Amino acid sequence: MAVDLTKPVLVVDDYVTMLRILRNFLKQLNFTNIHEASDGAQALVELRSGPEFGLIVSDWNMEPMTGIELLREVRADEKLKHIPFVMVTAESKTENVIVAKKAGVSNYIVKPFNAETLKGKLTSVLGDF
Amino acid sequence: MASKNKPSTVANLLHDLMQKDSGSIGVEDISAVLHGVMETLRHELSDADRKVFVELEGLSNFIAVTKREIAELRPDQVNQDFIPTASDELDAIVAATADATHKIMDSAEAIEGVAANADKEAAAILTDATTQIFEACSFQDITGQRITKVVRALKDIETRVDSLITAFGDEIAAVKAQEPVKSEVSNGVDDNPTDESLLNGPQLDGDGNSQGDIDKLFD
Repeated sequence: MAVDLTKPVLVVDDYVTMLRILRNFLKQLNFTNIHEASDGAQALVELRSGPEFGLIVSDWNMEPMTGIELLREVRADEKLKHIPFVMVTAESKTENVIVAKKAGVSNYIVKPFNAETLKGKLTSVLGDF
Repeated sequence: MASKNKPSTVANLLHDLMQKDSGSIGVEDISAVLHGVMETLRHELSDADRKVFVELEGLSNFIAVTKREIAELRPDQVNQDFIPTASDELDAIVAATADATHKIMDSAEAIEGVAANADKEAAAILTDATTQIFEACSFQDITGQRITKVVRALKDIETRVDSLITAFGDEIAAVKAQEPVKSEVSNGVDDNPTDESLLNGPQLDGDGNSQGDIDKLFD
């Protein structure tokens, strides 16, 4: 099944540099509707008040709401729980990955990463581009 | 008899310590109790017990020497000058690398704009190049996070040094009075700087001269 590239994607990271890198990679993959948030709390507001999102790509280590807290909020929300959630983080310990999996993460990318890795993980979550 | 008063002095000291609300006992207090015990032993005990007395006296002297040595290390300078300076320098690294990274990405995005209008082969080469630039730029995110961890560690050290300064406040004040601190950051101009004092490295925003300021010195 081909990916619907017009569906809004929410990118969440507290580093402007990383937001910009992710936005550029997603543009190269032909996503046309990319939204940004600088932490979990801002992302949650966007998810609950904005359009119907087709993908969340989030960092873990942010304040005041972390990526894992955002993931739990999303999975506990009837309207949002179906949205694919990809964690992109420097937190590479096994325990982090296990916690994220238990919380319902769709896939997990360790920073630093390259465009090919992002494409591969998104393909496994969303389908072929 | 004077010696009969000594135990009551020690008892008073111990009583005072028990009454303290803080839950911790200062080095000064322990030292005072030890001195009291030693005075008592000096008058009351036989030769057979003098070994204990000698041990206690040695312990008391050790505490006194350690206190003086810690005070001479000037932990107050660590918190006043060194840690804030180190934190500012690290913040400046994050800001400078972020600024440079965004300029690089501005250029990469401009190249990508050109790629959209180029022929297929050239567009593929340009897109591949900009992708690699974006990948390389992710170093700023990682270094930023690592530096943030170092800044947190510095703040933890600062808190612990604060406790040390509180515990050894009187001794530090005494050392300070003898050797006034020479400020690391001078606003004035030293007429006879040493070669070593001129090695300050890159300056934080507002601390050094701009090129314009330096040009004025040559006018």
